[in-house]
Amino acid sequence: MNTVALKRQQTIRLPGWRRRLLLVLVLAGFVVLIARSVYLQSTHKQFLQQKGDARYSRNIVLPAHRGMITDRNGEPLAISTPVESIWASPPDLEMNKEQVNQLAALLGFKPETISKKLANNPREFVYLKRRIPPELARQVMALKIPGIFMQREYRRYYPAGEVAAHLVGFTGVDQIGREGFELAAQDVLSGKEGSRRVIKDRQGRIVEDLEAVKVPQDGKNLVLSIDRRIQYLAHRELARAVETHKAKAGAAVVLDARTGEVLAMTNVPSYNPNNPVNLAGRSRNRAIVDLFEPGSTLKPFSAAAAMDAGVFDTSSIIDTTPGVMHIGSATVRDVHPQGKATIAQIIQKSSNVGSAKLGMSIEPKALWNVFNLAGFGQVTNVGFPGEASGRLRDYKSWRPIEHATMSYGYGLNLTLLQLARAYTVFANDGELRPVSLRKQNEQPVGQQVFKPQTARAMLEMMELAVLPGGTAPRAQIPGYRVAGKTGTAHKHGVGGYQSDKYVSSFVGLAPASNPRLIMAVMIDEPGAGQYYGGAVAAPVFSAVVSGVLRMLAVPQDAPNDNIVIPPEEAPVVQEMV
Amino acid sequence: MIERLINRLFKHIDGFLMGSIAITMLLGLFVLYSASGENPARMMAQLTNISVALVVMWVAANIPPQHLERVALPLYLLGLVLLTGVAMFGEITNGARRWLDLGVARIQPSELMKIAAPMMLAWYFAKREASLQMVDYIIAAIFLAIPAAFILKQPDLGTTLLIVGSGIFVIYLAGFSWKLILALSATFAALAPILWGLLHDYQRRRIIILFDPHQDPLGAGYHTIQASIAIGSGGLAGKGWLSGTQSQLDFIPERTTDFILAVFGEEFGLLGNLFLLLLFTLIIGRGMLIAAQAQNTFCRLLAGSIALTFFTYAFVNIGMVSGILPVVGVPLPLISYGGTSLVTLMLGFGILMSIQTHKKLVAT
Repeated sequence: MNTVALKRQQTIRLPGWRRRLLLVLVLAGFVVLIARSVYLQSTHKQFLQQKGDARYSRNIVLPAHRGMITDRNGEPLAISTPVESIWASPPDLEMNKEQVNQLAALLGFKPETISKKLANNPREFVYLKRRIPPELARQVMALKIPGIFMQREYRRYYPAGEVAAHLVGFTGVDQIGREGFELAAQDVLSGKEGSRRVIKDRQGRIVEDLEAVKVPQDGKNLVLSIDRRIQYLAHRELARAVETHKAKAGAAVVLDARTGEVLAMTNVPSYNPNNPVNLAGRSRNRAIVDLFEPGSTLKPFSAAAAMDAGVFDTSSIIDTTPGVMHIGSATVRDVHPQGKATIAQIIQKSSNVGSAKLGMSIEPKALWNVFNLAGFGQVTNVGFPGEASGRLRDYKSWRPIEHATMSYGYGLNLTLLQLARAYTVFANDGELRPVSLRKQNEQPVGQQVFKPQTARAMLEMMELAVLPGGTAPRAQIPGYRVAGKTGTAHKHGVGGYQSDKYVSSFVGLAPASNPRLIMAVMIDEPGAGQYYGGAVAAPVFSAVVSGVLRMLAVPQDAPNDNIVIPPEEAPVVQEMV
Repeated sequence: MIERLINRLFKHIDGFLMGSIAITMLLGLFVLYSASGENPARMMAQLTNISVALVVMWVAANIPPQHLERVALPLYLLGLVLLTGVAMFGEITNGARRWLDLGVARIQPSELMKIAAPMMLAWYFAKREASLQMVDYIIAAIFLAIPAAFILKQPDLGTTLLIVGSGIFVIYLAGFSWKLILALSATFAALAPILWGLLHDYQRRRIIILFDPHQDPLGAGYHTIQASIAIGSGGLAGKGWLSGTQSQLDFIPERTTDFILAVFGEEFGLLGNLFLLLLFTLIIGRGMLIAAQAQNTFCRLLAGSIALTFFTYAFVNIGMVSGILPVVGVPLPLISYGGTSLVTLMLGFGILMSIQTHKKLVAT
């Protein structure tokens, strides 16, 4: 018994080291856990806290509504319409076969396409279809498929299409302006997007806002000076002329003669800003960014400069015989010699020799000064991207032959808008009015270029150019008096002026008794035989301005039938090229 | 009268152990309230679980150890029968065959084995203690291997580990040769590549991901990464009860059950973790003390095994949640939501109390 008890005693008791080993193991285990806990919660804490924050706090961008671009009457030229984009989060997606089919039908996909796109896709954001009409998006969401979401986006829409494309421009997918005023006024139009810092749970549900919501500031509307109706008319007539004359391009500008506001500015070829593709050569706003040599449309300025200087007056007779003028080795030539002529006749018949004599009657500096005051070589500051300034060389570098050619519009270049702006001096008693593409509420202050009586006299002379016997009878408008000047210039190409390529232009004012409108038309390389400004550009003026005068209810200043149509057989007066 | 009733009620309850357990469970209720998103239904369910478990513990504490010794073999055999039943007729949930529907109730026989297996081994060693030989250890190992194989096959790696662990503790406490332990460890190391081949794909992935959870941050590594982030972002003192962002925003998977420690760690911080580990240490220490003071081999082996299994529980769960052990399905003892494991645990504690309070005075 005793021995058994003893034996028992021995087996009950483990050797002390075994128990201690167990104790040590247990404690060691806990020490490991504590060490890990300390590592995670103090040493590694900051890193893990950041990771944690990154998992639940999100910055949500609240898009600002892009401002509208309108014409002067508030008619929309560019508007943002809400569209929805459908996206999916494949890990959260749960849909049965029927739902796949319904979804595919609504979005216009094959069911397999959807399955392929979403099956086993580890990403959490996949666009299914972007920019669909809100109504369609609502139908998609009505399927109530978990993991399918929609996202509000804006699509820019241009109701005027190609008619105002060059002015308005367009935006890229990211709603950033790429051309025209969409680009120039990007900051004004875009506004400021807002943001929301929120806590989201794992399913992406917003739990609460972390800080104050930054409310988006919607973009401001931009009111252009153009009138959509006038713009339509101008574009239609310009496009017709460019087509009829098989021209390379064309541009037209209609100004309010008093305020200098651009009522229409259009170019051909144009493009559809709602779907801007194949833009090469089409997206340029030629009236502002392209330069050309004006030719005869500049003659009124050299003539007026000579009159202003007191060298000549309306009764002065200038001898242009024999229709040829030699300056050094160069020759200025009239196709139809005019003999002895008044300034009015020189303008009416567009005599190069006469204009050269008028221009050379004053110092180069005086002529340059007039050109400079008229704004040649100076940007118009209408705030349009890529505006060209043109080139008016310093008079000190003018050779005598250049002094002569400058007088009839060669040797300098300018934009169509600059040309139209220059003509405001004849509508405002010698005062040059700044032009603008934004609607103006006040009449701007001008700058005196000519004496008032000189400007008025020149306006009367330009009326003759539009009457039979002038270069542009086809610029006439029933019921209104019109003043204007044609231009037909050889294009400067490689190796000098090209004999068969012209820029035909016409600048006119109406009604001549008190001009309200100025329109400048430029047709580049007419290719259907006719190329004189009076034949190619003047009819565009007549068609557009007659429409605008009626539209604006401008009182007629020649209510009796004033149109004198030259007999068909009568020799057409052709300007000097 | 009332005093006698209370005396009767608490006669076999070990005060120290009960106190530690009660504090831990109370803590667990607080964490669960937060982790469940302040869901009262969950709280009620868990309170029911606790009540049942307390009753089971009380009953076990009132059963004298010699009765337990007597039912050890039948209980083990019953467990094996049920496990066979599971293997043949068990219900498949979540890809595993663990539950058996007996008509009256659904039970998880592997839970029973957590107690039955160490009891069986303790009974066997106690029976053979006068003439322990090498072959006894081998037989014991076979007793252990049979249920383990069943459970591993279900598959349930976590429970298998716990049962094998509890059995090994018994074998160790029974005085298994130290040299042989070393030899077996060496053998195991040598066999590891073969065992690797026997593991399920998902189990292998878990082990791979353990060493580099970022290999699959949205898949198998997700649990570990989220849990580490939650615990780490708790810092020293935690973000405060009900204020853990990771937990409250549903970023932690299984946050009321296996990963509840992530919620606890985030909201109560390092100090909370240390306190919890202290509670666990008290419970385990008390258990080992009871084992050391036990009067016979059966009691000593069983008590030691129960105490050490509790340690395994806590160590494996905390280790996996804090990212130093692979993710195996082991709940945090006394804290995680769920009735089954709680009942088993409390049954174990009841046995410990029974062993402690049924000591007879032995003349020496």
